[in-house]
Amino acid sequence: MATADWNPLGEIYYKKCEVYSMGWSDIVDISKFEVSAAPYGGPIALLKDESKTARVQVSTKPIITVFTAAGKQISQMRWNSGSIHKMGWSHTEDLLFVQDDGVVLVYDMFLTFKKTFGMGQEAKDVKVIDCKIFSSYQGTGIAVLTSTYRVFIINSVDDPRIRRLAEVPGLSSAPSSWAVINLDRQSRALIAKGSELCLIDQGGQYQVQTPDVSTEVTQFLAMSLSFNNRCLAMFTDKGVIWIGSSDLQKKYCEFNTKSPTPPQQLSWCGAGAVVGLWGNMMLVVGPDKDWINFNFDNPVHLVEEEDGLRIIGKYQHEFLYKVPEVTEKIFKIGSMEPGAMLFEASKEFYKGSQKADEYIRIIKDKLEIAVSQCIEAAGHEIDPAKQKPLLRAAAFGKCFLTDYNPEAYVNMCQMLRVLNQVRNHVIGIPLTYSQLQHLSMPILIDRLVLRKLFYYAVKICQYLKIADAEGASRILAHWACYKVQQKNEDDETIARAINQKLGDTPGISYSDIANHALEEGRPDLATRLLDFEPRAGQQVPLLMKMHKDNIALSKAIESGDTDLVYTVLLHLKESMNQGEFFMAIRNMPIAYALFIQYCRQQNRKLMEDLFYQEDNFQEEGTCKVVNSFNEDRMEDRIEELKLAQACFTKAKNEFAKVQTEEQIKLLKYQQRLEEEMNRPYLNLSLHQTIYRLTLANNHKVAEQLRKEFKVPDRRFWWLKINALGECGDWVELERFSKGKKAPVGMEAFVEVCAKHGNMKEAMKYLVKVSPEQKVKCLVKVGERKKAAETAFENKNEEELSYVLSKCGPSDKQLVDTIREKQEFIIIQQRSGSPSECSAKESTSSSDADHNQLALYHVTCQPHNRGYMVPIGYKCTIYVTCPA
Amino acid sequence: MAAPSVKGFPDFQRLKILAKDEFTSLLDQMPGRKDLVIDGELMKPLDRIASVSLLKQRGVDKIFKFDSSLKSMHGCEQRIYLVRPRMTTMKAIADHINSDRNINFKRKYSIIFVPRKLHTCLSVLEYEGVMGCVTVSEFQLDFVPLDKDVLSLELPEFLKSFYLENDQTWIHTVAKSLVRLQALSGEIGHVYCIGRGAKMVNDLMNFLMKRNSSEQDFSRHEIGSLILIDRDVDYVTPLCSQLTYEGLLDETFGIKCGTIEFGPEVTGKQQSAKLLLNSDDAIFEDVRNRHFSNVLGYLSSKAKSLQQDFDKRHGLKSVGDMKDFVANELRRLKEQKSVLANHIGACEQILGKKTKGGFEDYLQTEHSLLEGSGLRDNVNFIEELLFKQDNMLKTLKLICLLSLTQNGISPQTYKSLKTQYLQSHGFEQLVTFSNLKSLGIVTDQETGSQAGTPLNKVASGMAAMTRRSTFQSLCKKLSLIPKSDDIDLKNPTDMSYVFSGAYTPLSCKLVEQVLTRGGFTGMEEITKYLPGGVHSENHVKASKDHSTPVKDKSGKSARQDRPVSKVVLVYFLGGCTYSEITALRFLGKLKGYIFVITTTAIINSSTMLESVMEKPPI
Repeated sequence: MATADWNPLGEIYYKKCEVYSMGWSDIVDISKFEVSAAPYGGPIALLKDESKTARVQVSTKPIITVFTAAGKQISQMRWNSGSIHKMGWSHTEDLLFVQDDGVVLVYDMFLTFKKTFGMGQEAKDVKVIDCKIFSSYQGTGIAVLTSTYRVFIINSVDDPRIRRLAEVPGLSSAPSSWAVINLDRQSRALIAKGSELCLIDQGGQYQVQTPDVSTEVTQFLAMSLSFNNRCLAMFTDKGVIWIGSSDLQKKYCEFNTKSPTPPQQLSWCGAGAVVGLWGNMMLVVGPDKDWINFNFDNPVHLVEEEDGLRIIGKYQHEFLYKVPEVTEKIFKIGSMEPGAMLFEASKEFYKGSQKADEYIRIIKDKLEIAVSQCIEAAGHEIDPAKQKPLLRAAAFGKCFLTDYNPEAYVNMCQMLRVLNQVRNHVIGIPLTYSQLQHLSMPILIDRLVLRKLFYYAVKICQYLKIADAEGASRILAHWACYKVQQKNEDDETIARAINQKLGDTPGISYSDIANHALEEGRPDLATRLLDFEPRAGQQVPLLMKMHKDNIALSKAIESGDTDLVYTVLLHLKESMNQGEFFMAIRNMPIAYALFIQYCRQQNRKLMEDLFYQEDNFQEEGTCKVVNSFNEDRMEDRIEELKLAQACFTKAKNEFAKVQTEEQIKLLKYQQRLEEEMNRPYLNLSLHQTIYRLTLANNHKVAEQLRKEFKVPDRRFWWLKINALGECGDWVELERFSKGKKAPVGMEAFVEVCAKHGNMKEAMKYLVKVSPEQKVKCLVKVGERKKAAETAFENKNEEELSYVLSKCGPSDKQLVDTIREKQEFIIIQQRSGSPSECSAKESTSSSDADHNQLALYHVTCQPHNRGYMVPIGYKCTIYVTCPA
Repeated sequence: MAAPSVKGFPDFQRLKILAKDEFTSLLDQMPGRKDLVIDGELMKPLDRIASVSLLKQRGVDKIFKFDSSLKSMHGCEQRIYLVRPRMTTMKAIADHINSDRNINFKRKYSIIFVPRKLHTCLSVLEYEGVMGCVTVSEFQLDFVPLDKDVLSLELPEFLKSFYLENDQTWIHTVAKSLVRLQALSGEIGHVYCIGRGAKMVNDLMNFLMKRNSSEQDFSRHEIGSLILIDRDVDYVTPLCSQLTYEGLLDETFGIKCGTIEFGPEVTGKQQSAKLLLNSDDAIFEDVRNRHFSNVLGYLSSKAKSLQQDFDKRHGLKSVGDMKDFVANELRRLKEQKSVLANHIGACEQILGKKTKGGFEDYLQTEHSLLEGSGLRDNVNFIEELLFKQDNMLKTLKLICLLSLTQNGISPQTYKSLKTQYLQSHGFEQLVTFSNLKSLGIVTDQETGSQAGTPLNKVASGMAAMTRRSTFQSLCKKLSLIPKSDDIDLKNPTDMSYVFSGAYTPLSCKLVEQVLTRGGFTGMEEITKYLPGGVHSENHVKASKDHSTPVKDKSGKSARQDRPVSKVVLVYFLGGCTYSEITALRFLGKLKGYIFVITTTAIINSSTMLESVMEKPPI
């Protein structure tokens, strides 16, 4: 019968079943050890304290052994630190040892030392008298009670920050019992002081409460919090077990055990029953004063789980749990639940009985519920032999449903397959379905990795089709990290082995592995591994950490990411002296260029030094020139320029040298001029300086500058003509024109007069203009008609076109005349028939639309293309024949 | 919100939306009221991404332009800096923070780096001791979609930092931008690199892509090939005077991030007008790619037809018609009218500027420089400009062209031109010339040729006379200078129309060649002249990806409509001009390609030269 091993506790049933027969049965006597087992089917640590059992005081250190839940030894070591006060497991399955001086040592399950931290100076000074390892909202916490009855607490062993809880007023002796409660995201301690309970917190607050106990209480000898922190059980000195809510507001029941001694262990079985252990006798008390009694042949140790209680003995590892509701529904005798019916139907079906049909008919409407009940119940079964018929029933029921989503069924099958696998005594993680749901699959995989069961982990990932990045390759990365710890193999072999296995799998971070190798003190291996790392961003920082700066630099350059290059460069600059640094980067042009770029913005002096060291005098000189612009004082500026000049000399840049020299001269002139004339001259170019001088009628100095700086005649003439034109000094202009023979031709004079609107003056010079320039000049002064005539006289067709192109809308008559003349010339020039080479006009020029602008396009010469010449308000394309 | 892709162009609105979402979530990281301090050069790009009202909605109180000369700033208790990662900027921010500290003003600071944070910047913050009180984040703004076919990184400093200072920081940004783009549009099958930087970008891109390969969805290819071109392959084109309407608008008024601001002289009103120049503006779309000689005529005919539309209102019979007209037509007409007025105004301005100041002579010199004829005359013309103290940029442009087309300037001319330039425009230009020499834009002919003995010198001199310059050889081989004289600018048949038929942009010609040949094979005679070499990569294995039928029905039909191989992404490293964009658009129309132009920035001759010029002392 399925219900044979069900023990009723009031309305509900409890069931105890064997999970493992212990592999340690030959060697371990549990009563001689201090036992600590991690929840969620975690490993069991045994501490053999010789001093406790030895008849004579011996100074031997205790031995610690870690077993799997199935009693298979994982590791063993002899303790070599101070005296252990308490041993416990963290939520990441690290073994914690709290010494009586408050020092906490963290080991992994293979008993490799991980880290250590203290519980504060006060704890160290006055010694710890009691300690609790509890699960906090941040992970695993530790609370210690010192001999001064103060409580110090850390909320997470990963990030140990010590907090002191409030003082319990009037506490003069050690509390008879205490516990740590997680309430409102804060860990508080509940301390029993006589018949009162005191809740103390981190904020220095305390709260004295007296629980409602019907019998007289002088002391609470033991207390225990349920797994979910909601319920509290206490054992009084009168042998009464008080069960209530953890905030002491509610009392569920009181149960008199009539035992004068407190139980060795007061635990919770899930959240539904309190278990007390006295020697080989175990008492299970329900919230309604119901109870069950169990007797064992050997001493046992109790381990709380979220949905039950594990009982570890010498020969057996058992699990006590409440029969899940759904299981009860299916298997309870006389149950009419759909699930139960379906289960029966399935049984009949496989027997080949037609009764199956009858059962199915009964639950026809509730078949879906029946199927999910069977699936759920299968999940709660620990024995595969019991899972199977339930799943079979579900599968059977499923057939009668048309649009049933099979996902739940498939998922359950997969989960059970994984669970059965990990429960196997080879792996030894006795996890229940509800525990797995709480723990989640990734964490289970992590725990397999933690046990170095890489192969199983990978297989599970592949079975569950978890993406490689989170699954298989992550596990491989862990494997690789483990691999680098194997000191007996040489670097090359390990590196090759790792690369072979990992390859280019996405999600693998070779740099993480390399970092691990580095931590293990194997820099060479790390370097080899880093070669496989494709991401330079990961590679470079690690290389720098390993002081492989040169490799880091070249890798950074290879990556093409200048940011990385800078990271290395700035690091190098800090760690080397300047000379060495310069030498290091000189052979790497990219790094060199980047560093110069950096200096340009941050440290110009350094840049000059660098150029100097490289004998790059040209650049050094340029630097100094740029520097000179930023100097405020004239003396500094000239000083910089002189330095620049010296650099240019060394760089054999004659031109730059001469120019710099001239600039110094010019600056001195300008400074003097500013002082004398009280006008700004500084920073003007030579041309501008002379121009200003001419404008200011200071021809003498202008002349002086001209000679001094060897200004070309043409420039000087243009300059002077323009300047005189601008200031309207026509007299001086005329005088100037009559001086030396102008190198720019008289047309320049005409131009400037025209520009400043003095046509009268312009005419003066016009007569002197050379004949070939005459037409242009005439156009410039606005005498288009005359220009056309002159052009005609010259018999120059090109000039005529030029005049034509300058004609505006008002020159309609002139345009016509020019056209005529042009044709005439063309006919004259060519002996062929006039009709052949007449100009081609695309549109008539007759109607002048004043709202339209148009462009004129001449294609007579190859270099003339693209002329944009407005000829007035006509849209005309005019093509002259090529001569 | 996302507009469907127009005529086969991949939809780049997505980029905009992504950027907007990223930016708003960054703003939300600092809840409550805050000030936003923006790097000047990021203002326009940000404008294209997020409107002011959106910023206000996200709690932005005041928006300041970042001014590095300010030692302290006022504002509310929270402040976000949106800046380019520059050390000088960091120093200024540190100054702001320290001055607040000195007066004990408590403020929360956050620095958002665009497009990424750099170690050097953080080190400055650390050094200044303010690292503790700022939160640092990144805003990966790479492409700003300026139009349906133009994406820009808006990084004008790329040219200077990469080609002059050899700093590869932005190469990473370029590669990253391509990776992100391909994450949206699918992997690009064919990659052609012309130049050194192009190759670097490609290598880095491959490297970055491989890393994320498992996370990307390569099933939706939208772009067939990618052509990366270094600006230093073709410095000539951006230095030529632009003659298309859009190019002239940029040269005359300056188009910033796709917007233009017309002053009162254009609008004819008191206030100035801001115009968004893109394909949504139908009138602009019609004229942007035209040679300038065809613009005004078109605009006036447009004006006439608009007038006719307006005149329709006189012919309206019933009240219903009238209502209809006012409701639908009038608004559109009014809008069009104002746009048209602006464009006509702009044209007049351009015309006014170009007819004055000897532009014809200038253009003629420019064209004969490109042809390589009349060397002496051209040098004289340049000297004349210097003597007349003409615009310094204009003159410098010609000097650059002279050097570029002749493989450097003869030492004597080089020296005299430099001397004259310095005399005209100041000693600071010494540094400019040194920069231009490093860039290889203005060089003297002696550099490179090792002339040792006098005999050799004569020989090399002889060789120099007979030998064609690199540019001339390229012109010949690629026939960049069209032989036929009659280029119909109204109905062009050749890309050279953008420069009045005088010159086909080298960069665009290279693109054409690569596409028609399907790579660089057979181009050895040409590629040997290109600095930095070429490189091509084919990721599509035997075009299998394209031929495999797609299960999704709609996807399949879309593919047939638009063969992906015709969509070409052209990426200019170091910027491109509007003329080049126009030329490529034309090429696309001619050959049936869909070009998407991506660039680090849109430049013109002035902005390009200004970026490498030494600023005169103030």
